[in-house]
Amino acid sequence: MNISEIIEYLRGYRGRELKLMEVCGTHTAAIFKSGIRDLISPDIKLISGPGCPVCVTPTAYIDKCVEYAHKPGHELLTFGDMMKVPGTGGSLSENKAGGARITVMYSPFEALDKAKADPDTTYVIAAVGFETTAPAYGLVIKAAAEQGIENIRLVTALKTAIPAISWICENQQDIDGFICPGHVSVITGRHVYDALAEKYKKPFVVSGFEAEHILATIYRIVKQIETGESQAENLYRNAVREDGNSRALQVLDEVFRPGPAMWRGLGVIEDSGLYIRDEYSVYDGGSSMLYEDMELPAECCCGAVITGRINPDQCPMFGVKCTPVDPFGPCMVSSEGSCGIWYRNKF
Amino acid sequence: MCVAVPGCVTEIDGSTATVDFNGNTVKVNIGLVQPEVGQYVLVHAGCAIEVMEKDAAQEIIDLFSDIAELEA
Repeated sequence: MNISEIIEYLRGYRGRELKLMEVCGTHTAAIFKSGIRDLISPDIKLISGPGCPVCVTPTAYIDKCVEYAHKPGHELLTFGDMMKVPGTGGSLSENKAGGARITVMYSPFEALDKAKADPDTTYVIAAVGFETTAPAYGLVIKAAAEQGIENIRLVTALKTAIPAISWICENQQDIDGFICPGHVSVITGRHVYDALAEKYKKPFVVSGFEAEHILATIYRIVKQIETGESQAENLYRNAVREDGNSRALQVLDEVFRPGPAMWRGLGVIEDSGLYIRDEYSVYDGGSSMLYEDMELPAECCCGAVITGRINPDQCPMFGVKCTPVDPFGPCMVSSEGSCGIWYRNKF
Repeated sequence: MCVAVPGCVTEIDGSTATVDFNGNTVKVNIGLVQPEVGQYVLVHAGCAIEVMEKDAAQEIIDLFSDIAELEA
């Protein structure tokens, strides 16, 4: 089996229409970049899931970050993806233009050096992310505690992908198989998908991010469906181990506890959030109960897009009232948001 | 958001490594992994999250033998 044979097989597929969900926004971007939709049968539909932590962040979280950025003696550190997400009082970008202290970070570890160099400023990290990013925040908190640094806070919007995938399986039963997130799986390991495959009788295949990885993953999902299998497989073996990164999982367990989290477009999902444990509560910038979202206009389809019920260009606001320059929903803002990816590749 | 990029470790100093990404060198936290100089690490948000055992070309070659193994 080589890549040409895989493409030939997928192009020639003429079975029932299949809906496969790529959970991860990086996969969505890679699928567009490599033109995979044009290489495979139109009967294999690829739909995007909620796999961008920025896209599922509610307005209340942005508002909390804005509040810190305006607070005297405080500076907000954020990844660039968050800058244009609309908040009730404007985006972080708009607030920075208005004088708020906001710095785009490359890594949360920057907070440690900044905090040591300027003890009079409290550095507030906008700690957004899935399992991939959460261990880095955990290491920052542990290092701050070990070094006696007290002028760091985290406002967390940390979520775990597996409860969200379960939610989708429960609420959207027409999805036939899942392209599982590669870098989340680096942390969690392949084995976490066994229970999902067993319970929902669907294939779950962990994929890397090259076109060959994704095509091979689609091929294995389709083959499993054709042969009546429902297995959790790993096709990103160079990075994803059976049990994940044990050190990262240990850091997550030491620093965070699970709790309910608000997913914009989905609602509150039990045990899908990570919150700073009491031992490290001095570093918590107030991350619980940030549930409120702005009132959405009737035509906004963020929820349907994030859950893959429609493609982004089926939303009446797409490209008209909602564009990357003037976004309404965060899925249009983030480089990994499905609306933004569709927009950039279609216009 | 979950983008991670492989780079080659050129130097290790405690919990920090110097990692080469096609000629650009960056300081990376290695608190989650134990790489050796010369190995590739997968880096996300300034943090190495895994050691890659093969280079990208060999990975793709092996991908197809992985499929053969799954279908055996």
